[in-house]
Amino acid sequence: MSEEKSFGKFSRRNLIKGLAGIPILGAAWWAGASTTVAKRKESREILDLLNINAAAPPPSGSMEGDPVRVGIIGYGGRGSHLVRVLGFASEDWIDSAKEALNTNPRDTRLKSFLEQENLNVKLTGVCDVFDVNAEKALNSFNTDNNKIKRYRTHTEMIESGEVDAIVIATPDHWHAPMAIDALNAGVHVYVEKPMTHNIKETYQLREAAGNSKAVFAVGHQHRQTQSFLTAQNVISQNVLGHVSLIQVNTNRNDDNGAWQYNIHDKASPNSIDWDLFLGNAPKVSFNKEHFFRWRKWWAYGSGLSGDLMTHDYDRVNCVLKMGIPKSVIASGGIYTHNDGRNVPDVMQVNMDFPDFSTGSSQKSGKEKGMTLVYSATLGNQYNRSSILMGHDATMELGNSLSIYADPQSTRFKESIANGKINPQIPIYQYDPAVSDVDGITSATSKYFADKGLLWTYRDGKRVDSTYLHIREWLSVIRNGGKPSCGIQEGFEEAITAHMGGLSYKLGRRIDWDVEKQEIVPVEGYDLDEVLLSNTEKIT
Amino acid sequence: MTLSNRQNNAVVLFRLLIGWHFFYEGITKLYNPSWTAKAYLNSSSGPFKWFFEMLSGDGIIGIIDYLNILGLAGIGLALILGFWDKWASIAGIILLLFYYISQPPFPGLAQIGTEGNYFLVNKNLIEAAGLYVIYCFPTSQYFGIQKLFGSSNNQLK
Repeated sequence: MSEEKSFGKFSRRNLIKGLAGIPILGAAWWAGASTTVAKRKESREILDLLNINAAAPPPSGSMEGDPVRVGIIGYGGRGSHLVRVLGFASEDWIDSAKEALNTNPRDTRLKSFLEQENLNVKLTGVCDVFDVNAEKALNSFNTDNNKIKRYRTHTEMIESGEVDAIVIATPDHWHAPMAIDALNAGVHVYVEKPMTHNIKETYQLREAAGNSKAVFAVGHQHRQTQSFLTAQNVISQNVLGHVSLIQVNTNRNDDNGAWQYNIHDKASPNSIDWDLFLGNAPKVSFNKEHFFRWRKWWAYGSGLSGDLMTHDYDRVNCVLKMGIPKSVIASGGIYTHNDGRNVPDVMQVNMDFPDFSTGSSQKSGKEKGMTLVYSATLGNQYNRSSILMGHDATMELGNSLSIYADPQSTRFKESIANGKINPQIPIYQYDPAVSDVDGITSATSKYFADKGLLWTYRDGKRVDSTYLHIREWLSVIRNGGKPSCGIQEGFEEAITAHMGGLSYKLGRRIDWDVEKQEIVPVEGYDLDEVLLSNTEKIT
Repeated sequence: MTLSNRQNNAVVLFRLLIGWHFFYEGITKLYNPSWTAKAYLNSSSGPFKWFFEMLSGDGIIGIIDYLNILGLAGIGLALILGFWDKWASIAGIILLLFYYISQPPFPGLAQIGTEGNYFLVNKNLIEAAGLYVIYCFPTSQYFGIQKLFGSSNNQLK
């Protein structure tokens, strides 16, 4: 020890042992920083190459001014949700939301409702053929600030002078007749999907909307979902290349998802205005199942093609704007719920767009045409994502969005060859939710949430997309502009759904005549009769 | 008890390795501004799930992320350089026990993102036990900055 060199009061050995940690620390620092920075640089390069911007949604305008007086037609499951986003929750719902909050502290439904912006709306009218529903609305919403009246028919409501706008959440066969009457009277309309129940009224409604100054919107709320807005940008940047195949799916395996809704114990010919429910549907005697589970019959509903494919079709149409398919072939059957229904519970619809292209990275003219496949079962809920398959990349689309480069891509050939892009790892991902799935309470809710139909995110906060959609409609009423899902989008959705239904029922291909803007007639059949006939298939 | 040089070196090596692990984790997070513990906290399971989900809330996650980076890098720094290593060991044990109870390897709970098979004991718990060993041996008196300013009552004997 005594012979050791010393530096001031420290021996060399002590100094080494004292400070040897510093180079180790430096090495760890350098290694951590350089690998992280290099990874981020690579990721930045890919993002620059793709040039995708998650476009900020166009904000809908001010809610100031006189309150809009709204009437609700059909205060059932969907109707009560639509009214809630307008700012009116029934006492029942508030009680059940409080109870849900007690069992699950992360259930944010009540909080979201209470924090919702005031849309400056009066709920002045309700129409419901079931006394229990109508009375629930009257009891819950007749307050000092809000006077609500019950009207027996929609025409009485429209002509009352007490409503500026109506929300239609009835069975499908009532959508168009009510919407047309309202538009003709200058009353604004928000109608649930599918927009219409048959071909003829689709044209009549388009004409009525065209001639009316009132604002018309169809309830495809996913148009407000951030991932779909991002997807529009992905397509405009031609990231996917030529998309030749798209698959969209319905995967459900529960009673609610198969439209086996509860039958209310107070349902009777005394509490339900049966003739009014039937409207233009075939006359049958009072039937509780038809009333509460109307989606199971062509007479009132539109089967998988009208009820659920319309969501998926419009989800794709809002991104690609490809319009009505040139031809449609459908197949399927009643394979999972043989309970007297006459709409299929397993259905595949192939929609062809031979002249459509999302763009190409290859030699001009090589690529053209696309098939959209809708594949549905109500007997299995394995989640199949919506997938858009392009020559350069594949996009998985729901509430989140992922893009994978294709190993054989022309556009990304170089980046794949030099290892900058790995086709196994997404080159772009948009997932605002992380794992925030609170408040999702059933398999059916999960199904809708995965599709971006329930929630979206604005500035990192979860928002009900239906609320944004309704707000947009109210903004157009107040401030002008155009709703994101108006009459043209609704027309395309309805015609496509009807082509699917017709193809299924007739067991043959249904074509669209672009020039004449009509479904090509099928010899020997009146297509509306086919669509409306309350039988599974026409043989 | 007097430890041999080999024994001293073994504990020092152990301290440096754990220090490296903490420091490297902290640095990679520090240099990645988009890193957040949100997904990890949200995937918590077990009896304290509510607590970790609460920490992932919008108002608090920023602070949690900051504290985590600061904790990891600070503990690693102290262990590598060899100063305040007893405090660093205690802080490290607390941090690791938080990780442990956020996703405890208890029977019946899903194990997310683990590459092995664990029952009650997992790597977080072992690393925490490792820090307890380091806490018990004042290695910085033997190897580390504290050696230069060593206090006699902490010296290895």
